[in-house]
Amino acid sequence: MLSVPSVAIKLLKVVNMEYEVVIGLETHAELATITKLFCGCSTKFGAEPNTHVCPICLGMPGVLPVMSKKAFEYALKAAVALNCEINRFTNFDRKSYYYPDLPKNYQISQNYYNLGVDGYMNMSVNGSIKKVRIHNVHLEEEAGKLIHPEETGADYSLVDFNRAGVPLLEIVSYPDMRTVDEVESYMQTLRKILLYTEISDCKMQEGSLRFEASISLRKKGSEKLGNRVEIKNLNSMKSVIKAIEYEAIRQSELLDRGETIDRETRLWDEVGEKSQRMRSKEESQDYRYFPEPDLLPVMIDEKWLSEIKNSIPELPLDRKQRFVKTFNLSDYDAGVLIEEKVLADFFDECVKILDRPKAFCNWITNDLLREVKDRKLDINSLLIKPKQLASLVEIIEKGTISSTIAKEVFSEMVQTGNEPQKIIEGKGLAQISDEGLIESVIDKVIAGNPSVIEDYKKGKKNALAFLVGQVMKETKGKANPKMVNEMLIKKVGV
Amino acid sequence: MKIEKKDIEYIANLSRIELSNQEKETFIHQLSDILAYIDKLNQLNTQDIKPMAYSINTTNVLRDDKLEPPISREDALTNAPSTMGVFFKVPKVIE
Repeated sequence: MLSVPSVAIKLLKVVNMEYEVVIGLETHAELATITKLFCGCSTKFGAEPNTHVCPICLGMPGVLPVMSKKAFEYALKAAVALNCEINRFTNFDRKSYYYPDLPKNYQISQNYYNLGVDGYMNMSVNGSIKKVRIHNVHLEEEAGKLIHPEETGADYSLVDFNRAGVPLLEIVSYPDMRTVDEVESYMQTLRKILLYTEISDCKMQEGSLRFEASISLRKKGSEKLGNRVEIKNLNSMKSVIKAIEYEAIRQSELLDRGETIDRETRLWDEVGEKSQRMRSKEESQDYRYFPEPDLLPVMIDEKWLSEIKNSIPELPLDRKQRFVKTFNLSDYDAGVLIEEKVLADFFDECVKILDRPKAFCNWITNDLLREVKDRKLDINSLLIKPKQLASLVEIIEKGTISSTIAKEVFSEMVQTGNEPQKIIEGKGLAQISDEGLIESVIDKVIAGNPSVIEDYKKGKKNALAFLVGQVMKETKGKANPKMVNEMLIKKVGV
Repeated sequence: MKIEKKDIEYIANLSRIELSNQEKETFIHQLSDILAYIDKLNQLNTQDIKPMAYSINTTNVLRDDKLEPPISREDALTNAPSTMGVFFKVPKVIE
């Protein structure tokens, strides 16, 4: 097994020296419909095994599938968002193979007239924009889930068909990526597009977003692609990156020894961090695609297509660029904001109410995200509203509360959804700017700390900070710090 | 197209069926006859004819994303050749 540091060093050698790594990705995303692609069974994750099933998704004889309009539209939406040419005539095909998670012994998929072809996706890689071409986008049905018993020597597997028939979107890229940074950005950007368009919940831990990589190496400057190796069983974005690094090194070592690369499919072993041959090209399957006679073709007219186009929101990369340009945010801050659509929406709402983009950006990217993380909040059901954050920013500007108190108020707002004004009044948090009141506290602090006053007069400057701190403590942080500072200096004398 | 023994064996393998030597011989002739018959279509000029996969002129038969009741797990499992608890049981899948 290769340890991580050596992988990193070796990969640098692979990438920088002789070879160019050529990478393409296949992405599967379960669509966020309530029901399955061809029947009314629920798609909800985590149900009791074999309870979301019916004769259609169990592949019983004589049943007829009927396509979900929503699933079709979601797939269409993805194809449009990925700048594909839309096949106005599209149909479904049977892909035949035997596997126990596939009840009909064929999967209904698309082969001859994919929904979308020849698209592209722009993504940001280390600060510059890179375009990856999309070969096709198509719709198909999920397989069931196989459970392999842990007992040693077990001669059986178990099947749960709850997942069978869930609508699955497949997005196939061209082999346009050359580095793991590009792969990382591709996965992140695509995930965000699927989330922004609300096509999929993209929960990798529940398998609703999955990637398969194909990797080949060629001598730098060579036009001809090397034999490609496909890698399956990649359960996280981290695994994708690790598997690509592993595979690039494996292939480069073979090539260095003068050996050839077999075109094959390999399985990634998450624990051992290595891949193993699953099947070679010779053993590759003959799917015998033919048009699915139980489903009629779908024609997409101009009206329908324009409805779909209009339903696509501003996509993450466009939004990021707008944030940088319009609000003068840093590339990094804009990147944090667009990471989650709800955060970007929140920010947009705030700046509509009050023109303080920098302040809102800070509150959202620092304080809000910290609260969400510390309190394990669901970012999609936040209690705090943009209007309330705008009020808080106004209150701070007026000097009603100090920035320290504001943090406390903000935390309360996030937890309760209460108006900032109400929290400030309820807890008596408003800043004290009453000169007389502050003076009386200062006098008390001076009287109580004669030795500190002596130190200060002897030139110990930080003694002043201590005194300010004492006044703030006495007023529970509510005294106007600027006033306290000025009045203390005046009182004690320089 | 000439059908050979290896074609029959390939198709049998795809279909997961076992054939005796005698059956293979029989199917070589039968399949060859069928293909020869279908091959008559190649005598026609189909240059300007678009491929047709669907014989009726209807498209866009779609349903709403509306839940329908599932069948009970008991019913789902009842015809399976083998089950275990709440699952369908199948021969070990070698990963």
